[in-house]
Order: sequence, then structure tokens, then C-alpha cells
Amino acid sequence: MKKVLLSSIIILIGLTFLGRLSYLQIFSFSPNQILEDAAIKAIYDYPERGYIYDRNGKLLVANQAAYDVMVIPRDVKSLDTLEFCNLVGIDKSTFIKNIKTARIRSPRLPYVMVSQLSKEDYARLQEKMRKYEGFYIQKRSLRYYDTKSAANALGYISQVTPADLKAHPYYTQGELRGKTGIEKQYEDVLRGRKGVKYIQKDRFNRDIGPYKNGTLDTLPEPGKEIQLTIDKDLQEYGERLMVGKHGGIVALDPSSGEILSLISGPTYDPSLLVGRKRSANYSKLYYDSISKPTWDRSLLAQESPGSPFKVINALIALQENVLTPEDQIRCYNGFYVGKNRTKRGCHCGGGLRDMNSGIYKSCNAYFAGTFKQIFDHFDTTDEAMDVWQKHVKSFGLGEYLGTDLPTGSRGRIPGKEYYDKIYGDNRWSWSYIVSLSFGQGEVAVTPIQLANMTAAIGNKGYYYTPHILKKIEGKPITNPMYTQRKYTTIDKENFDPIIKGMEAVYKTPGGTAHWLQVPGIDIAGKTGTVENYTRINGVRTQLTDHSIFVAFAPVENPKIAIAIFIEHGYFGGRYAGHIASLMIEKYLKGEITRKDLEKKMLEKTLEKEYAKPFSGEPFKINERSW
Amino acid sequence: MAGKTFLKRIDWLSVFIYFALTAIGWLSIYSSTFTESNPSLFDFSTFYGKQFFFICVSVIAIVFVFATEANLFERFSGIIYTIGIVLLVGLFPFGKTIAGATSWYNLGFFNLQPSEIAKVATTLAMAKYLSDIQTDLRRQKDKLYAFGILIIPAILIVLQPDPGSGVVFFALTFVLFREGLPLYYMAIGLVVLLIFVATLKFGTIWVIIGVSILIALFYLTKRERVKISPLPVVLFFAVSVLISFSVRFVFDSVFEQHHRDRFNLWLRLEKDPKKLEQIRKTIGYNTYQSEKAIESGGFTGKGFLQGTRTKGDFVPEQHSDYIFTTIGEEWGFVGTGTVVLLFSILLLRLVYIAERQKNAFSRIYGYGVISILFVHYLINIGMVIGLVPTIGIPLPFMSYGGSGLLGFTLLLFIFLKLDANRLKEWD
Repeated sequence: MKKVLLSSIIILIGLTFLGRLSYLQIFSFSPNQILEDAAIKAIYDYPERGYIYDRNGKLLVANQAAYDVMVIPRDVKSLDTLEFCNLVGIDKSTFIKNIKTARIRSPRLPYVMVSQLSKEDYARLQEKMRKYEGFYIQKRSLRYYDTKSAANALGYISQVTPADLKAHPYYTQGELRGKTGIEKQYEDVLRGRKGVKYIQKDRFNRDIGPYKNGTLDTLPEPGKEIQLTIDKDLQEYGERLMVGKHGGIVALDPSSGEILSLISGPTYDPSLLVGRKRSANYSKLYYDSISKPTWDRSLLAQESPGSPFKVINALIALQENVLTPEDQIRCYNGFYVGKNRTKRGCHCGGGLRDMNSGIYKSCNAYFAGTFKQIFDHFDTTDEAMDVWQKHVKSFGLGEYLGTDLPTGSRGRIPGKEYYDKIYGDNRWSWSYIVSLSFGQGEVAVTPIQLANMTAAIGNKGYYYTPHILKKIEGKPITNPMYTQRKYTTIDKENFDPIIKGMEAVYKTPGGTAHWLQVPGIDIAGKTGTVENYTRINGVRTQLTDHSIFVAFAPVENPKIAIAIFIEHGYFGGRYAGHIASLMIEKYLKGEITRKDLEKKMLEKTLEKEYAKPFSGEPFKINERSW
Repeated sequence: MAGKTFLKRIDWLSVFIYFALTAIGWLSIYSSTFTESNPSLFDFSTFYGKQFFFICVSVIAIVFVFATEANLFERFSGIIYTIGIVLLVGLFPFGKTIAGATSWYNLGFFNLQPSEIAKVATTLAMAKYLSDIQTDLRRQKDKLYAFGILIIPAILIVLQPDPGSGVVFFALTFVLFREGLPLYYMAIGLVVLLIFVATLKFGTIWVIIGVSILIALFYLTKRERVKISPLPVVLFFAVSVLISFSVRFVFDSVFEQHHRDRFNLWLRLEKDPKKLEQIRKTIGYNTYQSEKAIESGGFTGKGFLQGTRTKGDFVPEQHSDYIFTTIGEEWGFVGTGTVVLLFSILLLRLVYIAERQKNAFSRIYGYGVISILFVHYLINIGMVIGLVPTIGIPLPFMSYGGSGLLGFTLLLFIFLKLDANRLKEWD
């Protein structure tokens, strides 16, 4: 027995060892070792982020150097703390706190003592730097903005969040990534690809040479420069006009769907979100719940379109052959609807209206009548509603447009299901929803949808999906999503009387934008004045109407289609109409001839109007004087 | 002596495994201490250069052992033992202190560690004493005498202090069991160990319950006719409970915090996984790093000289006590499995050889060799892979260290010489 005992123990121990070893080396082994191995450090070489240019090659966004003061706690020798703090512009308690944090993290590893020094601070500090052992300056690349405009469209970059890290394994802690706008949408293009060097470390975290002689290392791929469809001058001009006004402006090139300007007011200087004051500035912008500067109204604001929507109803009526442009409808300074013959108002002055005068005088009664005739044309309300909805949606309304910007709204083009839910199946008719005929009620669109609709009208029946990227490294985009026409369900010839009516808005005395003509340019446009309500202390309160305007010019082969939405600007012909007129002139002529008009728009603000609902006192709306 | 027949009688399998392990060991030392700036293979300022020199010395020693008359080892064992003890005692006035332990003589070009030589001397002396016709292990006096042979060097070594090497001498008690010491001594030892561990892990109450169940089972399964007086059973119970209680006392009041931490870590006594991880990374730093290094090798390893943790010097004492981690990282499970297999085959082979000895001295000496090699192998690899608490002793034939390599070489090859000589009459 004793003879066998020793042999058995030897075998038993051998098996135990093999078991433990197989547990360690086979079952616990993780194949993803290079990233998890504590002995290998990846050092990244970041390429420069791509520049951004406007459609004419003018610089919008470039890069600038910033300087971080780094500290390696172990190497710090005694120093004149106060002098150092003064030099880098921090107070002593911050200094002590940072040193402590750095020491806790690792006495041997560099830690950011002061981030993003200004050039001036850097210059002052640089010559004295050798006095401070354990400190050194590290260069970083930040965004530099050669414009104060287009903050929301351009977007910003910031350090990746833990959620980003999980979703995108490319990034590591502390790297920068596009968070909004173009920076987000074209992150991969702008960013390029970082190079990596694997360094072999010892247990003190010191470098002891390249890992596998650098055979796994990669070179950085530089970020690509991109050219936007934005016209820098037009964008900046539009933003100047928008000072003191809330709303959105979208200008498109109808012949290509290119976004010429994407303006959201109020806006901010994109440089605010770069550098040391970044987070303070961001909080200030983000928590401004009244003017919401970071909320891109041009893409996200959903409001009833008002009168510009009338032309869509006119197009549907023509397409479905329910009337001709010459058919007349009488306006009784309003019109009567429903069993009780309730009177709904109209501001056009009354009288007989055909399609042309209906449009240029923006007669509610004419379009209510048109709407009734569309619905009378079909056997059932449901059928009429389906046809109506199909035509409207073919203009890119009621669904996400599919632009190459990371945000957007659907808007709302209600269908029969929508009203069935409200009124019950078959318990509603055209008179319930007659507000749709002049773009009020349940219908909602965003400024960019409205601009796209205008472009489709200008093109007589088709549009290109609006997009903001023109070229990458000088090569025009080829994505069929943005290079192929999308057709509306309205035939080309039906647009002619509509466009005539929209021209008459400018050209006919009594047209709603008669006084806004641009000498030498044929413009077709349509005003819109949208009633709107808010809740103040739970009470539904009407506010001053929104001012809306859509236009395209020149009428033949339009080069610009524009939609303007000004919150509480009252008549469409006031703020929106003025701005549209100036923007079109600016884009097509390059300069403004009507200086007084321009001066008026640059100076007038609506701040008083926006303060009203928050004043806590009763207030008047739709005031005549302005 | 006719050289040809002698060569035929040598156990070449053991010799082969010896050289295989030594070679793997040297390559691993090379890998763990090699730097790009110092690529010369035989630079004697490097660990691998020195180790190569020691291997050469060991080969000379092997030739010397083979050339010596076999019976001289038995005849001079007393003198060798005395020299060993004198060398150990001499350390106290003349020794060189490295890392807190006075375990070396400074011989200029290298440091001699007499505890390694004492292992050979003690094994020889033990074999000599036990093989004596007059020795009878049933006598208390002889038991004590035999125990004294191993306890004297052990105490001298523990005082250096080098407790790890001291513990190894107790491996020789295994020889005593082979040669007549009743097995219940071992049983008692095992039971005490079991109660100790069980008390720490599960608590005194569970130990009492466990012991009671064992006694109950014993009474239920015993045959009717066998009469057992209740006294030893009651005694067993009482002593178990007493030990169990005293374990808690010893652990909480006698042990120092760093002792407690080792047990906390080894037996996973800490319940909070975060704290346990913390202990692993601080107190268990060596084991943590060695486990990680071995784990990172995977099945096939990273390749010779490609071990990132080895290069980064993450594992402390990697060229000596932790040499096994280099094999684990660079050669993976294939490498570690091979080493474990080689050791197992060598030890089993030596058991087989020991059992075929006609001469008591050779057999007992063989068992001594096996016990010492086995305990080193068990504790070293067990420690490196986290199965045994940290005890710093080298892996035979593989760890860096001249005295160690020479000691193990002499230990093994004296036995192989005795074996080759087994059929010859002793004069």
C-alpha cells in the first residue's frame, strides 16, 4: 500500500496541475489580448480633422492648436506654486486638487493639469517652462471657426461619452467625436483614421520598446476636407437679419436640392463651444429654455404652414380636374361652413375670386371652396382624404425628408385614420377639416420641408432631396439619394396657373407682397400668417401669429427656393416677406439695392413679443404698429 | 569497473528528463532576463550566462559522481552531513545577507547557498541511519533520532531566515513512513490540517457537526461484533473541537495581518469580491501577476522571446522562483503541460527505480530524493498557479541559481549512480 501511495499522490498532483493550467490557459484565456494586455500600450497618432468649406470654396472650419499643461507627479520638484498658478491662470486650490488627483491616478503617468491654454498664456509660459520640473506642454488640435454662423448646421465635437465608447469600439477614452450637425453626420470622413503604435511596457508602466518590432502598427489616415452646399455669405447675411427674431430660414437650390443656407434663430457663435470655456458656454446655451439656441428650428420646428399650403390644395384641385383656374368662388369677407352655417373670416376684402386672385390675395374663402369641391368630387370622404393625403405627401411633407443632417422632424399630414380617431369612423366630413385648405389646423411642417415644397413647385413637379454635402476632397457626391429627382403626383402643366398666382403676389397691386418686389428679378412667392396658441398657467392663450413666407426665383429656371418662418412675426408680409426679399436679392445679385428695407430688417427685433407670455401680465397680440 | 556495462546500467530516461528540464529552464531564464542591448548568449554578467556556467559545472559534477565508488556515498554520509551542518552554522558569523536572509557564502565569482548542499547531505544521512540494521522506527528513541537528523538543518535554515527551504526538509518524513513509521501519524497530521482549513472556511460549528456525522457514520457502518471502547472516540471528538476552537484563536490573535491575508487569499475567505480583488492585487501581487502571465499564454503561448509580461518584468523573481510563468506565457498550455508531464514521469520513474533497489540505503536514499524533488515541484508550481500559498522555493533543475542546480543535480545523480551499481556486491 505504501508503495502505491507515493505514485498515486504524484499522479494526482500532476492531474490537479494540468486541470488548473487548462482552466487558466484554455478556459480563462481571452483571445482579445492585445488591447487587454497590461504590458502593451497603444499610442495613437491622430490625423488632422478635415477642413470644411462653403460651396464657393470659402473656409468655414479649420483647426487650431491648443496647449495642455501636463504633469507627471513623481517628477515634480519644489516650485513657486503661486507664480505657476498666475502664469497658467488657475488658483492655488485647483492646483493642489489637480496634483492630488494626478497622484492618485498614477505618480508615473502624465495628467492634464491645465487644459487648452490660450496662445497668449502659452507664449508667456513657454519660456519659463524649464523652471517647472515634472510639467510639460502638450499640443492638441481644436476646431477653428472662420465664421460666426451656421453653428447648428456645422455642429460641434466633444469628448466621447461612455455610451459612445460602448457603441463605437473605434474610440478610446478622451478622444473627440462629432456630436451634432455636419461634424456628426460626416464624422468618418472628417476624422480620418488614427494611426496606432503598440509599445511594450514594463511593470512600472515605462516604455521599453516597440511591440513585435512595430509590425502591427498602422499609419494615420488624414481626415478629408469637405465642401458644403452652404453659401457662406448668404448664411451670414441671413443670420444678421435674424438677430432678435426666433425662427428658421432654409434656402435651397431647386435645380439640385443643395441647401444654400440653413439658419436657425437665435443662434450662437460656434467658437463658444471650443476651448476652456466650452462647458460653461454649453450649459448656458443648453439651459436657455426660452430662446433655445441649440435647437435647430430650421430642421426641427413643426408648425402649421399657413397660406403657402393653399397652393398645394389648388394643385390637387387642378390635378383631380375638380375645377379650372378660371372658375370663380365668391368671398363674403369670409365663408360659411357646417350645418349651422358658421362664418369663418377672411382678410382679402371680399368679392369674386378666381385661382389667380385667390392666391395673390390669399383668400381663405376661395380655398375653402376649392377644398369642398375636391371632397365633393369623390364618392366618399375617405376616398377624397386618401387622394388628398397622397398628393400632399408627394411634396415631401409629413415624413422625414431624408436630408444628410443628423436631425429632422416628420411634420404631420393627417389622413383619414387621424380624424377617425378624433371624431369616430364616418363621423366627420370636409367641413370639419376645412382649416387644412389654408394650412391651419392639424397640418404641421418644418421650414426645410416648406422650402423643399417650394422648390418642387418652382421645378414644376419634382425635387431633389435637400442635402448639405457638395464635395469630398473635390469629388462631387454620387449618392443617388441626393442626385436623383423625386417626382410629385402633380402634372407639370398644372403648375403654370399656380406659379402665375405666386408671381402675382409680388406683381399685382393688392398682392400680399406687392411692396417687396426686387427690381429686375421675377419672384414667385406666397405669404403665410399662422394663428398659434400656447398655455399660460394652464389657460389656452392665443399669441401673435407666426410670419411665414415661401418664394422661389427667378420664376423661369429657379436658382433659389426659400422658406422663412418667424415666430410671432404677425403677417407673412412683414418679417418673413422682408427677409425673403432680401435673401433672394442677396443671393442672386450679391448686393442689396433697397438699403432702407435692409436697415429696417437688421434693426427690428421681436424680443418684446417673445417676452409677452412670460411677463405674467395680460398682453395684446397682433399689434398693428411695428 | 568496465565503463561499457556501467553506461548500460544508467537509467537514461531519468538522465534525459533531467537534461530536458534543465534546457527548458535555461531557455526560459534567457527569455526572462534577455534585453535587446545585451544579446550575447554567454555573457557571464547576465543570469542566463551564469546559469550556463552552472550547467557546465553540474555536468562536471555528474561525471565526478559517476566516477566515484558507489559505496563511498554511504560510507562518508556522516562526514558529508557534518560538513553540511558546519556550513549552515558558519553562515551566522560569515554569511552574506541578500534580501534579508543570511543564506550565502560569498565565493567571489558566485554565492554558495549551503542549504542546497544540506539537502543532499541530510538525505544521505537519513538513508544511512534508517538503513542501519540496528535502527528500529518502532522505538521512540530511534524515531526522535531520525527526526533530529532532519530537524537540525531545518531549524538552522529557518533561522537564516529562509522558512521556505526549511519546510522542504520535512519532506523527508515521507521516507520515515515508507520505512516503518505508522501511517496514523500522517493521518493525524492530515486531520489537523483539515480541521484547520475547515474551521477557517466554514467555522467551528460546521466542523463540530462534520466530526459528529463522521463518528455517527463510523458507528452505523461498523460490524456488530467489533467492540470499540468509547474512550478514543470521545477523545477524538474532544480534541477536534479543541483544535477547531484554538484555530480561531490562533488565527485571530497569534497570526499577524500578513499571515491572515495569505490565508484570506488562498482560501478565498474574503466574501466581498471587490475586497478580494484588492487583496489579490496588493498582498497577492506575485501570484496575481504570475497567474495573469500564465493565463495570457493561452493554449500555444506567445512564442519564444515574445512574452509581453515577461519582457515587461511584470512577474517578480521570474528567472528564479517564478520561472514557470515564462513557460506559461511563451509556450502556453503546451509548454506548461509538458513540464508537468516531465516532472510526473521523472518522479514515477524514480519511485520505480527506488522500489527495485535491493540495498536498503539506496532505496531509502531514493525515497529521500523523490520526496525532496516532489515537494519542490508541488510547492513551486502550486504557488505559481495559485493553488498553494506563497512559499519561496525554486523549481528543481529549472529555476536560476547555481547552488540549487548543483544541489539537485548531486541529489539525483548520486541516486542514479547507486542504481547503476545495484547489482554489484557491496564490499
